[in-house]
Amino acid sequence: MTGEQIIFLVVALFTLGSALMVVTTRNLIHAALWLVSTLFGVAVIYTLLNAGFMAVVQVVVYIGAIAILFIFAVMLTRKDLRDNTPQTNKNWWAGALIAVLTFAGLVFTLQGWSGFSKTAPAVPSGFDAISQLGEQLTSPNAYVLPFEVASVLLLAALVGAVYVAFNKK
Amino acid sequence: MIPLSWYLILAAALFGIGLFGVLVRRNAVAILLGVELMLNAVNINLVAFWRYGDLATMAGQVFATIVFAVAAAEVSVGLALVISVYRRRNTVVADELDLLKW
Repeated sequence: MTGEQIIFLVVALFTLGSALMVVTTRNLIHAALWLVSTLFGVAVIYTLLNAGFMAVVQVVVYIGAIAILFIFAVMLTRKDLRDNTPQTNKNWWAGALIAVLTFAGLVFTLQGWSGFSKTAPAVPSGFDAISQLGEQLTSPNAYVLPFEVASVLLLAALVGAVYVAFNKK
Repeated sequence: MIPLSWYLILAAALFGIGLFGVLVRRNAVAILLGVELMLNAVNINLVAFWRYGDLATMAGQVFATIVFAVAAAEVSVGLALVISVYRRRNTVVADELDLLKW
């Protein structure tokens, strides 16, 4: 077992353990903080995949913005559900069964795929993933249209969020 | 070297955990937390397929970037809805939001 594999296993266990805490812990502030540690684990996974830009965006956007937004939302809505009421549905076992079946089905389907256990090709020397990504995102021959649509979507979400949460009184 | 299967299994497990959270939690904010976990699992898959497939086209990383933008939009609108509902009905429990139920 190589060092890379050991790092992957440790990070994967950390990520999955934090994710389990996110969905099972009673205190929602703690759930949001466990989400932060899950997102950090995923950022390390991106680094292992040679996607440094993705790792940075994960930390800046997900942890810096989305997780903080969650913490604010929890603080603004916290009054009920803090104490002894159950945090899960009555038929939580059905949800657990569906989740396990989904996982098993995904793994079973992937197992039949020929590329399932292939290893990564070597990164060619001089390959700059970030500049390549920037060119692809702004080139008319590649992905400039989805990029612009995403910016319009973000603007619409901004306006919609302000409108929905605006207190008219 | 890490085989592709490890990443795919990790992503499938993360997706399953997120799905469990979405199906089981009663609090609307906790349901959105589960959705975030599922989106992250998808992103791991996209970036892993980029790394193990064609490096030059960058399609996986571009898709993952778009997913980041969509996740940010989804969370901002979703949490705004939760806060608005909390202000009007004084609850964030998804079961109790049954205005549309006959």
